[in-house]
Amino acid sequence: MARGIKDTVAILGMGCSKFGERWNANADDLIVEAFLECVDDAGIERNQIEAAWLSTAIEEVHVGKSGIPLAEALRLPYIPVTRVENYCASGTESFRGAVYAVASGAVDIALAAGVEKLKDTGYGGLPQRSRGALNDMFWANFSAPGSFAQLASAYRAKHDVAPEDLKQAMAQVSVKSHANGAKNPKAHLQKEITIEKALEAPMIADPLGLFDCCGVSDGAACAIVTRPEIARELGKSDLITVKALQLSVSNGTEVGHNSWDGSHFVTARVASKKAYEEAGIRDPRQEISMVEAHDCFSITELVTMEDLYLSKEGEAWRDILDGVYNADGDTPCQIDGGLKCFGHPIGASGLRMLYEVYLQLLGRANERQLDNPRLGMTHNLGGAPHRNVCSVAIVGRHDA
Amino acid sequence: MNIGITAYGGYVPRLRLNRQAVVDANAWFAPGLKTYAKGERAMCNWDEDSLTLAVEAARDCLAGATPADLAALYFASTTHPFADRQNAGVLATALQLGEILATSDMTASQRAGTSGLLTALRALQGQGGSALYVASDDRKTKAAGTAELLYGAGAAALLLGSENIIADFVGGHQIAVDFVDHYRAQNEAYDYNWEERWVRDEGYLKIVPKALQGLFAAVDVAPGDIDHFVMPCVLRGVPQRIAKGAGIAEAAVRDNLHGGLGETGTAHALVMLVHALQQAKAGETILVIGWGQGCDALLFRTTDALAKLAPRSGIAGALARRKEETNYNKYLAFNDLIVRDLSMRAETDKQTPLTTLYRNKEMLTALIGGECTKCGTVQFPKSNVCVNPNCGEFHSQKDYRFADRTAKVVTWTADNLTFSADPPAHYGIVQFDKGGRFMAEFTDVDVGAVDVGMSMRMMFRIKEHDTERGFKKYFWKAAPQVSG
Repeated sequence: MARGIKDTVAILGMGCSKFGERWNANADDLIVEAFLECVDDAGIERNQIEAAWLSTAIEEVHVGKSGIPLAEALRLPYIPVTRVENYCASGTESFRGAVYAVASGAVDIALAAGVEKLKDTGYGGLPQRSRGALNDMFWANFSAPGSFAQLASAYRAKHDVAPEDLKQAMAQVSVKSHANGAKNPKAHLQKEITIEKALEAPMIADPLGLFDCCGVSDGAACAIVTRPEIARELGKSDLITVKALQLSVSNGTEVGHNSWDGSHFVTARVASKKAYEEAGIRDPRQEISMVEAHDCFSITELVTMEDLYLSKEGEAWRDILDGVYNADGDTPCQIDGGLKCFGHPIGASGLRMLYEVYLQLLGRANERQLDNPRLGMTHNLGGAPHRNVCSVAIVGRHDA
Repeated sequence: MNIGITAYGGYVPRLRLNRQAVVDANAWFAPGLKTYAKGERAMCNWDEDSLTLAVEAARDCLAGATPADLAALYFASTTHPFADRQNAGVLATALQLGEILATSDMTASQRAGTSGLLTALRALQGQGGSALYVASDDRKTKAAGTAELLYGAGAAALLLGSENIIADFVGGHQIAVDFVDHYRAQNEAYDYNWEERWVRDEGYLKIVPKALQGLFAAVDVAPGDIDHFVMPCVLRGVPQRIAKGAGIAEAAVRDNLHGGLGETGTAHALVMLVHALQQAKAGETILVIGWGQGCDALLFRTTDALAKLAPRSGIAGALARRKEETNYNKYLAFNDLIVRDLSMRAETDKQTPLTTLYRNKEMLTALIGGECTKCGTVQFPKSNVCVNPNCGEFHSQKDYRFADRTAKVVTWTADNLTFSADPPAHYGIVQFDKGGRFMAEFTDVDVGAVDVGMSMRMMFRIKEHDTERGFKKYFWKAAPQVSG
């Protein structure tokens, strides 16, 4: 039985750029913006970093391939830099690379950086692009909202939920995130919305309206990690450590075998269960102080609350309407606005989620600060419900 | 050896363009069109063409059972998608007919449908076995011309052989005359037509009778014994005049299906023949005329086996599967008669790697997946490792064809964001009744009419058109199952 990652790695510093339509920023500008905050927070020199990971997903729009864009942006001194990509869960993959490197003892200090520069396509939404030679010949020509929208059709059928009720709960997911995002100066979208506005928005992919979809943004985020004892040597007393880091990847069963009903994420259930075990958590709803879930679409967040075992199966929509995941609810979710409002620069998103948890655990979240959070969870998903990768990370105060 | 037709099938696109809508939209420019305002014409959905129509007609004809002695496949059309890539070859692959097969495209004349049929029948007399004969057309016309109102789109398929004949081939006669009533040069999109009165008087009324004389001289049937006179012709009254002149009863002249279908080009004689077979009783004679740079005349006589043929859609069934389209603008868009702003999402490169297509042709063109010989799980695509989580056997799968299996919708959406020629794009996971599933594009669906559990039937359709290189990418889509 593996020992697991719990408390073996501490976060020394984090940084995050302003997310949004950064018309005047290149990828390296975004990286530098996040890195300077991060390295200052860590209290180290750039040349103390021994290895680095760069996550970016749709590199063809702007960033380009390999670890070189990060090495060049920061003029890193010929250290190992690895570019990682796992759809929209890429950011957590970058973090996982750095954390595992430190945990292995191969290096003392590692950098995880994620960046996405999407607003060079000329149109809204994610870029329409090839999915591979053979896939393009038989896959349905689905968009991101279209693939996730299908969750709603299967969820309604499975749990016998009326379309209006589900749509209302989905609207509440977005209203809540907009309320939170309005308090986040780095967020892409900082305006509150009403339920009516969400319900009346133009339809993107049935039943997802415009406000059921997250923003497509430019941005970067990063983390510097080390071992707890080194963090103390460097003068840190208030340590935030990694409690669990899990990844589950679809193997084709959902899309190819009749066992999946289309209403939930198999991977999220596997990854969260393993993460709770790794972190020693028995009752997530009681023990987890806050969640940053991958709310690319309102329906994703809704079913994810069940897949993370926070809501009972078939009841998330009621919990959402009851305010369980609001800022003042039992388990605040997307307290920073989430993908919905903070924005979704793909390669940076997983690190952005960790950034908010990190700020909250250290009491640095200003207007959004929750009351004494001890354990925070991030859920970073890539792909589509029928074929996806799901990362779950739990970080907490070292003594939690 | 007695040979003839052993089965038939038909297909007509579901969309029917309301002619009045066309006339109204063009009244400012071509007021004379109002003569043709009655009824409707079949129009292809954006993802249909002569090849996809042919696949459907052939499936209807084969009814899930390909004869073991099938020796030839013919595909007649003047609108084959490819000028140089055998279209019958694509058709054969889609129908999973195997490699031991003679395949030919019949083309270059409106008469190709009947001339090819005569050739196929005569080849069969010499060689035996059975042959599948398919004719299909979707002729392009310029906007606001009479042809736009007269033409339709459709396909017919005939299985030819010597056993279980439903209609004996009695005889045929051909006349070749380079009479150019219209023409279309290589690489031209539209026909060029000469004056109708000349076509009627010097063409039909002089050339068709010669073919009839030749036929009746060769067969032991008198004109007065013809029960069904199948003669495609868009000129009003011409078949009736020819029948009268030849001594064929006026009541025998078949409806040319102008009212609800339109003229389906080189397929039309066969479309009308299939329609006649669906209404004929045993022992009736059917005379079929094919026109175009001469004339073909073919005579068939139905047998007792006609009544025993398994039920199928045919042309009558296809005509009943119908959705009225009153939006002329949509017709113009589907037929590239207007330049639309398709948005930047349409700009992605749609190149088909031919190596990938060839390696996966059974999967992509014939919708063949796998069946695990260890656990029995059927799956799409066929893969190296069984998808059943409780099996996972390596290299255990044999071919399994999904095309003729019905499926049910598991998940779905109607997507306004992704590029579609006819938004919203409907798609979702469909699960086959005997197992297996994949995320399929839906076609021939109406907004608001899709739900989980809905029964679907797979149809061979255009997936994407690489207009940059002129290559059409085909795959199978799910369409609502028509009950009954």
